Amino acid sequence: MQAGIVLFPGTNRERDMALALQRATGRRPAMLWHRDTALPAGTDLVVLPGGFSYGDYLRCGAMAAQSPIMRAIRAFADRGGHVLGVCNGFQMLTEAGLLPGALLRNATLRFLSMDCHLRVERADTPYTGRFQRGQVFRATMAHGDGNYFADDATLDRLEGEGLVALRYATPAGEATPEANRNGSARNIAGILSPNLRVLGLMPHPENQVDPQIDGTDGLPLFESLAEALAAA
Amino acid sequence: MSIDPPALTPSSPSGATSGPTSGRPVPALLEADRARQLAGEFGLKPEEYERVLAILGRTPSLTELGIFSVMWSEHCSYKSSRVWLRELPTKAPWVIQGPGENAGVIDIGDGLAAVFKMESHNHPSFIEPYQGAATGVGGILRDVFTMGARPIANLNALRFGLPDAPRMKQVIDGVVRGIGGYGNCVGVPTVGGEVNFHPRYNGNPLVNAMTVGIARADRIFTAAATGIGNPVVYVGSKTGRDGIHGATMASTEFSADSEEKRPTVQIGDPFAEKLLIEACLELMATDAIVAIQDMGAAGLTSSSVEMAGKGGMGIELVLDHVPQREAGMTAYEMMLSESQERMLMILKPGREAVAEAIFTKWELDFAVIGHLTETGRIVLRHKGQLEADIPLAPLESEAPLYRRPTAETPKQPVLEAASVADPMGIEAALPALLSSLDLCSRRWIWDQYDSMVGGQTAKRPGAADAAIVRVEESLEQGGARALAITTDCTPRYCLADPEEGGKQAVAEAWRNITATGGLPLAVTDNMNFGNPEKPEIMGQFAAAVRGMAAACTALDFPVVSGNVSLYNETEGRGILPTPAIGGVGVLEDVAQAVGLALAPGLDLILIGETRGWLGQSLWLREIAGREEGAPPPVDLAAERRNGDAVRGWIREGRIAACHDLSDGGLLVALAEMAIAGGTGATLLPGPASLPAHGWWYGEDQGRYLLAVQDGAGLLAAARAAGVPAQRIGRSGGEALVLPEGASISVASLAEAHERTLPALMAGDA
Repeated sequence: MQAGIVLFPGTNRERDMALALQRATGRRPAMLWHRDTALPAGTDLVVLPGGFSYGDYLRCGAMAAQSPIMRAIRAFADRGGHVLGVCNGFQMLTEAGLLPGALLRNATLRFLSMDCHLRVERADTPYTGRFQRGQVFRATMAHGDGNYFADDATLDRLEGEGLVALRYATPAGEATPEANRNGSARNIAGILSPNLRVLGLMPHPENQVDPQIDGTDGLPLFESLAEALAAA
Repeated sequence: MSIDPPALTPSSPSGATSGPTSGRPVPALLEADRARQLAGEFGLKPEEYERVLAILGRTPSLTELGIFSVMWSEHCSYKSSRVWLRELPTKAPWVIQGPGENAGVIDIGDGLAAVFKMESHNHPSFIEPYQGAATGVGGILRDVFTMGARPIANLNALRFGLPDAPRMKQVIDGVVRGIGGYGNCVGVPTVGGEVNFHPRYNGNPLVNAMTVGIARADRIFTAAATGIGNPVVYVGSKTGRDGIHGATMASTEFSADSEEKRPTVQIGDPFAEKLLIEACLELMATDAIVAIQDMGAAGLTSSSVEMAGKGGMGIELVLDHVPQREAGMTAYEMMLSESQERMLMILKPGREAVAEAIFTKWELDFAVIGHLTETGRIVLRHKGQLEADIPLAPLESEAPLYRRPTAETPKQPVLEAASVADPMGIEAALPALLSSLDLCSRRWIWDQYDSMVGGQTAKRPGAADAAIVRVEESLEQGGARALAITTDCTPRYCLADPEEGGKQAVAEAWRNITATGGLPLAVTDNMNFGNPEKPEIMGQFAAAVRGMAAACTALDFPVVSGNVSLYNETEGRGILPTPAIGGVGVLEDVAQAVGLALAPGLDLILIGETRGWLGQSLWLREIAGREEGAPPPVDLAAERRNGDAVRGWIREGRIAACHDLSDGGLLVALAEMAIAGGTGATLLPGPASLPAHGWWYGEDQGRYLLAVQDGAGLLAAARAAGVPAQRIGRSGGEALVLPEGASISVASLAEAHERTLPALMAGDA
């Protein structure tokens, strides 16, 4: 698997992401620059990591969605490429129209930095193959604007087509309001594109990949990708 | 206007004079009476202004007067504190850079260095809490990455007034949002800190921010400028009129234009800071930089004066080249502006293009604004006019230095536990203490700070006595080295006995690092006190330094950097003396680190001697309603012996959980461990010789509570090491079962512990 991590000037979780990908694949991902207009040949995964792209003083990810590399990423996704957007990356994917909906201010109106539990809604995707359907794993979340919003028709379509990848849940797997700290519609933490190759999610599974640091709850996501893309 | 020839002839670094000065061109000078009046408004004492006249041999220009007044301000010159700070130990074999640079540097092994400092932003944070706290974080980050280190951890030591005091909830909310807003965006995890509440901070909260960074031990950058003719380069954000010397606010009449003056609080831009970090570290990987310093307090003035002064050079700047945010700025305004996210660098000749390309890539301003000279003077030009010409050596060597009168704080009597009646019993006091302001959970605060970014935070807030952050550079070398970081101070002890309080602050930092298994290496200090012109305040300062020095020496825990914040007074009433200590230690393997969460089936072992010290304890204040007595003394020999033993046992893998005993004493510490682990315990009675409230809630120092598999083995080891140790119970179940049989569920304690801050701050979103 050849992964590329896109660096915007305000990206700040690129090193976390690189360590997670390296742990799962044994290969160091390439670092791509926001002004690049093409992806390196052979790239089979593009990752938009967390951070504050261009400061995000405007709507989070709004400017990043217009950046030079985004055109290349959109074309890559159109050709069936795999794109993972985490936190700020998820915000960019919605702003760029690669995923539907938007991420609003957290319902608490405060930055939320804490653990959450995520329920895996389907295990037959490139990102979740190493999980079981219904399995719950722990992940860190750290965002001010993670409150997923879409109109009811869009939400119904996402549900109907099975494109909700992850939901905020209790450790026992119940998608309760208490487990949904940022107030996301229908407890949605992550969604997929119709071809299941683009995933956007707010929490940071890349922070739970190392037993020395905070356990390995998030590692299966990266191992799933490594497996799916090795076979591809 | 007639001008007398200068009385002083400055020396160049070689010792040669810089030539005849009587013919030197002079800037547009202030009229003599006006200059004297302005000097007073800028905070210069009459005798200090006489020195200015002697150094210049004439009246100053406005810009020159501004430079003298900020360089000789308490903030920049440490004129009241320097004579005392010299008493602190600053050396150890592992100290690479002690006080005097932008930050301290210590060797942490593997060819790596930890670079760290703590700094206050007290006054701005009260005036404008969000920006005051945010720019406090920004400033301390720059102090660290300017030395070549990538920041890996932020901490903060906060002191607030009581939440029902006027404006205080807004201050609390704004400070927490400001710290989070800045730290979260720059991508440096905020991993720890401390908070106290006391009415003496009602009109003067304290915001002390600490940053720790990692550099290669052989790639430390400093501020000493060298190389005649080398370019002086300005990078970062543009200079605006924000943060200009507060004195300008009071002196509008000398300004011809009537434009409204901006507030003196700076505005932070964490995105610009992030760009500056990346650009500086990228440039530091080349060999282009001779010297570098951030533009912090007193901005362009202090950075240019200090860089040239440290290198024994002169410096000449053409202020027209300074990137400016708005038109029409004067030389005075540019030199005094405290606009944020700016750095000054000296480059090697011919490296301007390499550097400019990097800063352009990161979309930051880059401008060559001057060069180094051999004159030993700072010369400023603007719009073709000479604006300032000051000899640098006397600006530093003639800076005022005061040994102000001190008055000792009277000793308070020792309060015997047996003499204090217990008004509510052990059981009822526990939830009351756990929900009190100084002991309640800080989750509401740390939930707003990204503590995980970087992927190296092994123990986040609440998980251990010190934050544990693995060093990524060590990981890259196949190691797993980690830092243990903490901030500590108990201001109520410092008020009652500043010397014991200073000692205790250092000892507690050392203890907190030790309790994780870390080896404490060095500290940074942030000395927050009231008005030093009052003998009792200067006496507090001197005594606190004495206590700190004793503890730092006994614990091999030298001071490598620090900051002094004086005049923390409102309406004549000072804050509690608050010498905040930031401690850094190292673990060779992050896997050795232990936290405080209790697991079932373990023996609970108390380390250290318990006399039942209730004087100045939180039990006495919160339960008995009294703030009195001598604070608990720190026996430094026992502290060292107990701590070294505990650290050794942790490294041998014998300790499952460890917590130091501090505020609230033994039962509060146990409850914190129980809450963290969701596990109860059954407790044995204390010694018959002590009243129960002294045993359970006394705050005797030098103590730890350990949870271990093999209690008998540990007691034997303690006996062999001469360390006082006793079994106080065993973990398990879902409640704390007191010796008298009372049972308090851990869930109810957790609820009491967690409810306070969210309830207080509800509705303030």
